[in-house]
Amino acid sequence: MERTIAEKVISSRSGMPSPAGEFVVAEVDLAFFHDGNRPLVSELLEDMELAVFRPGATKVVLDHAATCPNRVVANVQAALRLFAERWGVELFEVGEGVCHQVLGERGLIRPGSLVVGADSHTTTLGAFNALATGMGSSDVAAAVALGKTWLRVPETLRVEITGNLGQGVSAKDVALALVGKLGASGADYMALEFHGEGLDSLSLEGRMCVCNMATETGAKFAVMPCDGVLEEWFASQGIRVGQGVKPDPGANYKRVLSLDLTSLEPLVAAPGAVQNVHPVKEFQGIRVHEGVVGTCANGRLEDLRDVADVLRGRRLAVGRRLFVSPASRLVFRRAAEEGILATLVEAGAIIVPPGCGGCSGAGHVGIPADGEVVISAGTRNFPGRLGNPATEIYLASPRTVAASVVSGRICDPRDLT
Amino acid sequence: MGGLHGRVWVFGDNISTDEIVPARYLMRFMPYEKLAEVAMEPLRPGFYRLVSPGDILVAGTNFGCGSSREEAPRAIAATGISCVVAESFGRIFYRNAINVGLPVVECKGLKGKLAEGDEVEVDIETGRIVRIRDSLVMEGDSKPELVLRILRAGGLIPFLRAAVGRKPNSSCSVGKGGEGWSAL
Repeated sequence: MERTIAEKVISSRSGMPSPAGEFVVAEVDLAFFHDGNRPLVSELLEDMELAVFRPGATKVVLDHAATCPNRVVANVQAALRLFAERWGVELFEVGEGVCHQVLGERGLIRPGSLVVGADSHTTTLGAFNALATGMGSSDVAAAVALGKTWLRVPETLRVEITGNLGQGVSAKDVALALVGKLGASGADYMALEFHGEGLDSLSLEGRMCVCNMATETGAKFAVMPCDGVLEEWFASQGIRVGQGVKPDPGANYKRVLSLDLTSLEPLVAAPGAVQNVHPVKEFQGIRVHEGVVGTCANGRLEDLRDVADVLRGRRLAVGRRLFVSPASRLVFRRAAEEGILATLVEAGAIIVPPGCGGCSGAGHVGIPADGEVVISAGTRNFPGRLGNPATEIYLASPRTVAASVVSGRICDPRDLT
Repeated sequence: MGGLHGRVWVFGDNISTDEIVPARYLMRFMPYEKLAEVAMEPLRPGFYRLVSPGDILVAGTNFGCGSSREEAPRAIAATGISCVVAESFGRIFYRNAINVGLPVVECKGLKGKLAEGDEVEVDIETGRIVRIRDSLVMEGDSKPELVLRILRAGGLIPFLRAAVGRKPNSSCSVGKGGEGWSAL
């Protein structure tokens, strides 16, 4: 049987043929959750009176409320620390960063593995040639307790990437183009496989951004190849990985989509829906009040470098504010070492501790005022996403966000003087 | 499991979990009965006051897209809604609904067929939907046996607790964590 990457990985984990469409029970290589999930996975385990099946394959990350804004959250985090200690589970403390960034950068996600996280952006980790998907608390609790999960094996949509990224065009623009082309359910229940020479234009960080936003198409998995870029990264971390997983030459794809990077320009997702993708030029000149850079979509070193690139020697336009959150402590440290943070602060940016603040509107970073316009390098722009429904959120690349808060208006970064 | 009979509330397309339960309420970790009060708030504030137990929520395409928050189906269930029927669902929401014991039926061609206030009968096992006023029949998705077992148990956690937990009324002998599912 000729198989896609998803069919191969799932069949090896289920011990059964697993063609697309089948329902199977598969072993999970890694399961994780965070402090924003309810019910707490720890509570569900107690409810079922089950143990953590493999503590070494279970992780907890305190990222959704890194600055711990209220007493209830503080007690939730305390409960998670107790859980981790009790079961010998690794817990990443507040300030370590966003779960997908932390787990990825620490080399915990391996090619060919099946990973489940209690967060829809778990698809980010597909950049490591893994099958990684988001689920709710109950599903993750089951995976933590039993080491398995039930799955419907997905069909696969193959994305062929060609060309090169032009000046001022970023991985986030690739991600937005993908969501724009597929729409909010164009890849519903499917696995995305990325192929093509255009991938050489995308660093590992860029690939994480694309895999991250892939969830907005309804995709279950978003998998990058184990190619030179990935192999080199693992080698730089002193981690030996095998060939990774490639599809068979005769594998069956439901659809093939072409994405040419050369023809891309800076994009935005206009307010209300991530699939609302347009060239930034169509909205050029709209006044912005707040910019946000960070989150699991765009809080990496390259993203901060892009922002510093634009902000160097400049200041934010009067009355505008910019929140910048490095996605992990490691990114934060490296940004400091490179002088990026000094550049950002000099320009007037506010540096936010690593975590999910500024993305999910959970209540403690960058809530905008009524009628304001936010331009964000985050993941979503649904109404009220940042904690105030009476605002508009545009999604864009870090470079476009930076250009917009400097000029005070939505701005193609290539046009900034 | 059989048929659920109820009055219908109609919503549109691409409704995300941010609109089912806005994120700013999540960090307060409210009890689920309180979450019912904010269910669907961005679209219809006070929706919970309109719902009578047993009513059915009907939606267009991609209902429940976006974040994996399990509070979304829990909040809907806490309003008294007995099941959700939609043209299509966001993948994670569909799964989460089953896992919390909220029946969901995906029915292609449903859009436009049901008006608010219509009475319907929904068969969870077969996916058959009947519009009572004129007996119009629509065929939604039928569920695999594992999924039906989870729904009958009231969700994934009660299902697993009964199957592999250490409760005295468990019908399976206690096995190592990983064994439970293959025994079912």
